[in-house]
Amino acid sequence: MATLSVEIVTNERIVFSETDVDLVSAPGSEGMMGILPTHAPLVTTLSAGELRVKKGNTEQSMVVFGGFMEVMPDKVIVLADVAEKIEEIDLQRAEEARRRAEEAISKGGDRTDLAAAQARLSRAQVRLKISDRRRSSRRPSDLS
Amino acid sequence: MASTREIRRRIRSVRNISQITRAMEMVAASKMRRSQQRVLASRPYAERLEAMIGDLAALQLDPDSQAAFPLLAHREIKKIEVLLVTPDKGLTGPLNSNILRRAGRFVLEEAEAPVQVVTVGRKGRDFMIRTRQEVVAEFSNLKDSVDAAEILPITDVIIDDYTSGRVDAVYMIYPKFVNTLTQAPTVHKLLPIDPPEATGTYNDYIFEPNAKEVLNNLLPRLVDTQIYQAILENFASEYSARMVAMRNASENAKDLVSELTLTFNKARQTQITAEVSEISAGANALRERG
Repeated sequence: MATLSVEIVTNERIVFSETDVDLVSAPGSEGMMGILPTHAPLVTTLSAGELRVKKGNTEQSMVVFGGFMEVMPDKVIVLADVAEKIEEIDLQRAEEARRRAEEAISKGGDRTDLAAAQARLSRAQVRLKISDRRRSSRRPSDLS
Repeated sequence: MASTREIRRRIRSVRNISQITRAMEMVAASKMRRSQQRVLASRPYAERLEAMIGDLAALQLDPDSQAAFPLLAHREIKKIEVLLVTPDKGLTGPLNSNILRRAGRFVLEEAEAPVQVVTVGRKGRDFMIRTRQEVVAEFSNLKDSVDAAEILPITDVIIDDYTSGRVDAVYMIYPKFVNTLTQAPTVHKLLPIDPPEATGTYNDYIFEPNAKEVLNNLLPRLVDTQIYQAILENFASEYSARMVAMRNASENAKDLVSELTLTFNKARQTQITAEVSEISAGANALRERG
């Protein structure tokens, strides 16, 4: 069966690189998209959200913020502005960032400050949301 | 011959200098390791971004679409912008003079039109001002932990100058990090973007949301990434060059100390010999008289 090789790269490092992948689901700018092997060539911009890579019975979840994805029949390359594996997310730091951003917004300020705080807030929210969802979805299977 | 006291004083001062150079060597070495890692870690992204644009280049070269993307458009060149990336500080051996000499040659000989300059780093700024070039913007005191978002203002200046028509081409000059001993002053054309060789094996890409949107995001990102990359190269070059320069200085100081110590011992021995012969001469004289 055909499979995909997947690379997720930021300008700081190669976050993820794997071959023999069965499914990639990514937050395209037009909505979530699932990529199976032998997909038609495609280039899309990405929005912020969860990116999942499924290989056999294992699944790696990541959070990405913006960037590009190039899809070829046997290959997916993601150039993310920011990307982290789910287990690398520092919950405390994200929580802290959310609190500080909310504070900054409630205090007000000039437009650029406000926009920057808003951006920090939404990044923190995405991080928290995704790692929350991951952990709650894992719990039932832990019990079984 | 210098007196023993003078020699001793020189030995002490050379030792002090060597202590400082050794400390600087160690600081530069640890910063060098980190900055080398960062530059190597950031290269894959730049390479893949270029490859991606290469994949798309085949599709986007018809004249209509070129007009839609100003960053690809070639114009008659009446004014050139140079983005000069250099360290802020000296004590980097020949690094700074090499990069500045390269920049000088480009501005005076190679550029086919008048030049205006944007500098990153104090050394480049001071050089360009001293030689009375037209410096339109300068950025300095960047931290070596700089992240991609912090250099966006630099990209904004460059892209704005280009799209507004103030300049018709932009070249970047920076010290490329080859290895610890070698840094190569490099001239790189930033704008207009010459699409890399078409490497695409597919010629019917689906674009989401659409081709224009994707390329209008992708092309500035390429400029951005190249500038970011050059700044990381610059830091890795700076610390490598400084570490090597300081290591040489420490070694020279060591040689100097051992040379001076030898001179000092000789001088001391000569002095003792002289004293001994004076005393024995005196004793002999007394004996003869008695």
